[in-house]
Amino acid sequence: MVRELMQVVLARKPKMCSFLEWRDLKVVYKRYASLYFCCAIEGPDNELLTLELIHRYVELLDKYFGSVCELDIIFNFEKAYFILDEFLMGGEIQDTSKKSVLKAIEQADLLQEEDESPRSVLEEMGLA
Amino acid sequence: MPAVSKGDGMRGLAVFISDIRNCKSKEAEIKRINKELANIRSKFKGDKALDGYSKKKYVCKLLFIFLLGHDIDFGHMEAVNLLSSNKYTEKQIGYLFISVLVNSNSELIRLINNAIKNDLASRNPTFMCLALHCIANVGSREMAEAFASEIPRILVAGDTMDSVKQSAALCLLRLYKTSPDLVPMGEWTSRVVHLLNDQHMGVVTAAVSLITCLCKKNPDDFKTCVSLAVSRLSRIVSSASTDLQDYTYYFVPAPWLSVKLLRLLQCYPPPEDAAVKGRLVECLETVLNKAQEPPKSKKVQHSNAKNAILFEAISLIIHYDSEPNLLVRACNQLGQFLQHRETNLRYLALESMCTLASSEFSHEAVKTHIETVINALKTERDVSVRQRAADLLYAMCDRTNAKQIVSEMLSYLETADYSIREEIVLKVAILAEKYAVDYSWYVDTILNLIRIAGDYVSEEVWYRVIQIVINRDDVQGYAAKTVFEALQAPACHENMVKVGGYILGEFGNLIAGDPRSSPLVQFNLLHSKFHLCSVATRALLLSTYIKFINLFPETKATIQEVLRSDSQIRNADVELQQRAVEYLKLSSIASTDVLATVLEEMPPFPERESSILAKLKKKKGPGAGSELDDGKKEPGAEINGGMDPSASTASTPSPSADLLGLRAAPPAGSAAPTSAGNLLVDVFSDSPAAAPGLAPGTEENFLSTGAAASVCEDPALPLSEADELLNKFVCKNNGVLFENQLLQIGVKSEFRQNLGRMYLFYGNKTSVQFQSFTPTVTYPGELQSQLNIQTKAVDPLVEGGAQVQQVLNIECLSDFTLAPLINIKFRYGGTLQNITLKLPITLNKFFQATEMQSQDFFQRWKQLSLPQQEAQKIFKANHPMDPEVTKAKLLGFGSALLDKVDPNPDNFVGAGIIQTKSLQVGCLLRLEPNAQAQMYRLTLRTSKEAVSRHLCELLSEQF
Repeated sequence: MVRELMQVVLARKPKMCSFLEWRDLKVVYKRYASLYFCCAIEGPDNELLTLELIHRYVELLDKYFGSVCELDIIFNFEKAYFILDEFLMGGEIQDTSKKSVLKAIEQADLLQEEDESPRSVLEEMGLA
Repeated sequence: MPAVSKGDGMRGLAVFISDIRNCKSKEAEIKRINKELANIRSKFKGDKALDGYSKKKYVCKLLFIFLLGHDIDFGHMEAVNLLSSNKYTEKQIGYLFISVLVNSNSELIRLINNAIKNDLASRNPTFMCLALHCIANVGSREMAEAFASEIPRILVAGDTMDSVKQSAALCLLRLYKTSPDLVPMGEWTSRVVHLLNDQHMGVVTAAVSLITCLCKKNPDDFKTCVSLAVSRLSRIVSSASTDLQDYTYYFVPAPWLSVKLLRLLQCYPPPEDAAVKGRLVECLETVLNKAQEPPKSKKVQHSNAKNAILFEAISLIIHYDSEPNLLVRACNQLGQFLQHRETNLRYLALESMCTLASSEFSHEAVKTHIETVINALKTERDVSVRQRAADLLYAMCDRTNAKQIVSEMLSYLETADYSIREEIVLKVAILAEKYAVDYSWYVDTILNLIRIAGDYVSEEVWYRVIQIVINRDDVQGYAAKTVFEALQAPACHENMVKVGGYILGEFGNLIAGDPRSSPLVQFNLLHSKFHLCSVATRALLLSTYIKFINLFPETKATIQEVLRSDSQIRNADVELQQRAVEYLKLSSIASTDVLATVLEEMPPFPERESSILAKLKKKKGPGAGSELDDGKKEPGAEINGGMDPSASTASTPSPSADLLGLRAAPPAGSAAPTSAGNLLVDVFSDSPAAAPGLAPGTEENFLSTGAAASVCEDPALPLSEADELLNKFVCKNNGVLFENQLLQIGVKSEFRQNLGRMYLFYGNKTSVQFQSFTPTVTYPGELQSQLNIQTKAVDPLVEGGAQVQQVLNIECLSDFTLAPLINIKFRYGGTLQNITLKLPITLNKFFQATEMQSQDFFQRWKQLSLPQQEAQKIFKANHPMDPEVTKAKLLGFGSALLDKVDPNPDNFVGAGIIQTKSLQVGCLLRLEPNAQAQMYRLTLRTSKEAVSRHLCELLSEQF
């Protein structure tokens, strides 16, 4: 499914509209530099707002990583997931406020820092 | 390596990821991954217990490998272990792994559920949220069973934190979507509605999503949400852009919440309370006004968010369809967008206008944009936008502009994208037929279609043109002349040959007077195409030839010569060979009188609704009605090479009538079929004829079926829950069929052999009189010929609190699959109520139980062993598996229960006969419950394919 969609979306030109019908869903996509973000939505869902949903997610990533780039997402894919989880849940939007989502993530990070006792570099290398 | 802003020390993971990224080839990557997998596997298997950190790191690596597209078949256990860690990050990774890579391994599910249970009980909000996220992301039935009753408690508990409330609401929503039966409704529902008043906007957003979903099934339980939603919406809409702080998005106050509230309101009719309604109308007007204000920001985000609300508001206006002023304003607004430079807006405006076109208030306003839309069809660079433009043209078409629209679509077709050609062809065919004033135009249009896009002209289209030509004698001569001319083209499409062959075979005589199209010229023209055609077309042409022998005795010798040639009479294809042999014999043995009788002109086809429409619907809605599919395998539909005039020796239009015969429904004189259920609502609204009163001419044109008494307004489509209501009555005869705030309909029925009597009790629940109360029975699809229902009219006045009774006498003529519809219209306080339900008359009502011995049963079972006689379905139990209940249901279904037939005492075996006037169908059934898997297997064997399938469908919904 991902592969099929990838081909469809990549084949589209910049001036085309960001919505396409695919099977019985609609796909809303947006391109940020070389990254495409896609959402599959159902018939009655609001397309424009889905577009902005993508934008808000990118803004969140941006805020969190500080000018986000592809590598941030690859190396910290789990973080990207966590942010998504705070923002969306089971396909529905959880909170649209940038602040509250980031607050939740920061809290989680704080917890994390408390957990992590410093590890010696050697140990890291040994396990790598 | 990128700068990681926040501390996380999984160095090993980062190293691994860079390694992968440095791989030069796919092979190198796979090699690296396999090495890592081996390493992780050995670590997990090793004797030394791993500490939490290492486990986390390896699980994370596995996750990454999985995301790269490789299969992961181990590590689940380690991930589950992480769940019970009390370190947050470990727990978090564990949950992430489970959410992404869930495995239905029951052993693991139990452990996962256990961990979730602990976290939910932990009272630690972050842990609770993680657990709720996991449930929502997985959303499996097992999880629903374990937690569906727990989560409402968390959601409405007074001391739950806001963030947990949000997660709980969405989690519940997810569970409700996957397993609605497991989410208990109850006292909590009223408290959920009040979350709409919550201080915290995030909680409100989550709650609206939940309520929108819940209220679709239980509108009455949640109807208080309407006024709360309106007041919330009004507060947002009228707030200044800074009031809502972080919930303002690029100067638009709370766009997501606004859209969700507008969506929620679309689940209900317009508010009855005048004050609430006034406030809502004011909101909608504000939204429309804001669209005209200059933008507060040049950013696309600002305009997108603003327009998102606008489009949603327009959807609500269209949904209410009662405020002409707002509808026209909406239409004007969309008209502006049609020329906007943003492609997205043009796309959405076209789409939205399509639905506006079907409202009687805005249809005319939509029509004024015809030039812009035609222009869009010609110049848009994006095929999906052109598609929308074509849809809109189709929707706005009526008698006044049909010729223009059809000709534009035809010229578009010449350059249209392959992906949408077939759909355009269907649309042109439908419009041409529906709005044809003179049929020569219709014939021209269809032949043009075949000429331009022959490959995309499906059988339904050319069947239909033939059907219409046969039924209209004023166009037959013209059609014969036109096809004759079209066939002169050196290369013409095979579909043209088919139409030409058929029409000349029937009406070639009408142009035979002209020496330029004398019988022999006609024959030679057709025969010159013969060798290039497929078997099916050649078979059709052979039938044309035999008809020629009858029409024009002077061609007899030539044609017999052709039939006698080796390439016909010894053709490798059985069908061709058989036709050649039979026609040759027929032409030489039969006297002219006999020949004339056998090869008589085709009788008119029963006038029914176009099958093309059904085809279009099927195309448009892939998931749409299984009922449409019922027609798909119509026995005999495969013999399309047929169209065989000699097959129907006399005047009964037999198999070919079925071919043309139109799988779709002829509901109420107009083209809005009711049979396919509400799934197709969108599609219907594309069709202008669905708009009441728009095309007054539609009723008189040749499409009209007269199946139902023409009433002043079209009946509503069946309620969305009509199927569900129907299912409740498959195994019982009495009960409440329908109930809303105004009306209750009770039903009592009895059936014997192929006859039945049904009493409907209409109860007025209000204290106000219902006026013009008219229930009308309609027959979707071919049902008219399968079922006969006689009713007496009821008193048009129903006093408040009173009940009236209506008796229906039912006769089953032959087996059927669609349920008859009852449309109830009445006026209540000035507004017209229009409800369509399915009458609980299903084929199994005419089931007569038959007792038989084990030996007999097996003998018959074996006799019905052809694959098409059997229908089988394996399905999950939707109700507790209680053998006594199952027995009662099977008996209620009408079958006899046979003891000691099946060697396994847990299985149920039944037998009976479906009694119809024209035939009796013996049925055997076997139901095998599997308590462990909570599944059933149901097998039906009957002598008729459609019956097996249909009974199997009906019965499988009952357990």
